[in-house]
Amino acid sequence: MGTVRREQHIECPPSTTWDFIGDPARLHEWFPLTDCRVEGKKRWVTTSTGLTFEEDIVLLDHELRRFQYTIVNNPLVTGHLGTLDVIDDGHGHTLAVYSTTMKPDVLALVIGGAAGVGLKKAKAILEGTV
Amino acid sequence: MGRRILFITTDQQRFDSLGCNGGTVARTPNIDALASSGINYTRAHPQNVVCMPSRSTMITGQHVATHGVWMNGVPLPDDAPSIAATLRSAGYKTALIGKAHFEPVVDPFGRFVENKVATTGEETAFHVLPDGTRVPHRGFDHLEFATHSPAASLHYSAWIRENHPEALGMFLPNLDMDLEVNSKGGGDTNAPQVHHNPINKEWYHTDWVADRAISWLDSLSADDDWFCWMSFPDPHHPWDPPQSELHRVDWRDLDLPAGYIADSTRREAVLRDKPAHWMGWYDGSFVSNYEAPAKWIPATLTADQVREVNAMTHIENELIDEAIGRVLTAIRSRGWTDDVDIVFTTDHGEMQGDFGFLFKGPYHVDGLMRLPLIWKPAVTANIAPSVVDAPVGLVSLAATFAHIAGLSTPEYVEAPALPVSNIDAQARGFERVLTEWDSVLFDKVVRSRTIHRDGFTCTAMGQGTLHDGTEGELYDHRNDPLQRMNLWNDPAHQAVKSDLLSDLRDHLPRTVLPLRTCDAPV
Repeated sequence: MGTVRREQHIECPPSTTWDFIGDPARLHEWFPLTDCRVEGKKRWVTTSTGLTFEEDIVLLDHELRRFQYTIVNNPLVTGHLGTLDVIDDGHGHTLAVYSTTMKPDVLALVIGGAAGVGLKKAKAILEGTV
Repeated sequence: MGRRILFITTDQQRFDSLGCNGGTVARTPNIDALASSGINYTRAHPQNVVCMPSRSTMITGQHVATHGVWMNGVPLPDDAPSIAATLRSAGYKTALIGKAHFEPVVDPFGRFVENKVATTGEETAFHVLPDGTRVPHRGFDHLEFATHSPAASLHYSAWIRENHPEALGMFLPNLDMDLEVNSKGGGDTNAPQVHHNPINKEWYHTDWVADRAISWLDSLSADDDWFCWMSFPDPHHPWDPPQSELHRVDWRDLDLPAGYIADSTRREAVLRDKPAHWMGWYDGSFVSNYEAPAKWIPATLTADQVREVNAMTHIENELIDEAIGRVLTAIRSRGWTDDVDIVFTTDHGEMQGDFGFLFKGPYHVDGLMRLPLIWKPAVTANIAPSVVDAPVGLVSLAATFAHIAGLSTPEYVEAPALPVSNIDAQARGFERVLTEWDSVLFDKVVRSRTIHRDGFTCTAMGQGTLHDGTEGELYDHRNDPLQRMNLWNDPAHQAVKSDLLSDLRDHLPRTVLPLRTCDAPV
């Protein structure tokens, strides 16, 4: 399994950050996606290349501010767990951490890259610079 | 009107593949003619031995430490310096036709311009600067992209889909279902990435790149100044030239290349004398870089497989040479020949059997580092033909193009324009050329820095998974042109080693931190 992690410091209270990026249905507002649909414990996300990933929501813990999901029913992806943590940095601001572990290993790099630009966009939105 | 520039690149081509450089198999008369009437550099090195970092050096004129594309999968920022943008600002029409690869190919999120521009129907892509100015992507007015097969969302793929859909499945996929570099064998010997491709020669990407370059040149006015980067995806694997051309070189007739050590006991002794990642790759215990197929073990490579891979490569090189000939004919028909500077090179080499390996990785030996580089100045420039033995790097290309255009050296470049003779090289201090390697493939880390000077190649390993930072390689090319004797620990060569390492430290730019993230495998 390949594993990567991306972190982003956000000058914003963790509760505010969590309200935004912790909402599974708002992923397309900050992640490089064109569409996102949630039904119960299921989520479907679509990229600009037209690819759709079906996902199972594994965990949505508002106390811990942790979201976990896994890509399912995908002929290419044989193993996956994605985790988003929103952490208080000790100064009332946010450390957002997105990690993904998957097989094929190298696809983790691609998800990680998308998460990196996604977190930067979330930061810009939350800090009001866009 | 100024001097026009035709910049021709291939992908993964060895110095010794050309007739002008001693090659005896592939017939390359067009490139050989450029060499005999221009400047042939016999010691040209890339600043990194894989595509994205090396190509980023070509366009920026910067070392890897500065442009920050430290391994494949790290995208060159859209606002990075570009010699094409500089030329365009000076009035040049600019085009990049063929393989770009400044941005990752594996891009399911559609993040990168290179993978999107073909779908827009536009001639190029634009970015809007903070002041509202619209500038074309990396300074190119015209973009038409291709890679090693029609699998990606590039212009060549769209052309095949629209015109010859039956050819879509004819190529060997470069990646397998795990998105690893394909280790699938084929051809007559089951050599990795060898494939008999039934495609028509006229539909193959080599001819397509030349056709599109000719078409763009035809669209220009007679008095336009232009910079055309014509970038062939071959002879990079998969080794799948059109099957109709296999008659050109029968692998059964080939001698084994000089760099191949046929006796496995001797071969392994040579490898054990090098830093540990060499033997680790050979026996499959440490495949440290994505560019090497994860499921292929080099120790299994047979002599016949080496012959077949070499035959396929020679065929691909002949096709490239013929395609270049067609483009030169088109330039002649426009009456431009006397005003065109032509620069031919490649991004890095290919092991092609050396030491029992194929493909590439953190191995700074001639197979990967010694590149063909030829500059045929415009007739109007009155520059005498010469052979330049002084070490030069692809890092000098951007300044060379600026010089050809009559511009001052851009502030962003880190190396001067190429020398036009050995006397010029000596006068302007072309004494050394540097190459960097960094790779992090999950838990496998390899770092090295290399200097070539005074006929020696010296590589210092940095701390990594298998190295504690004290290992290295030192080769004396005069006495050991095949780099089989590692003198790193030889007492008689410690003074030379120390001097080279000191020179390396003095001349390598400081790495710009933080390192950019790797966003894809390639």
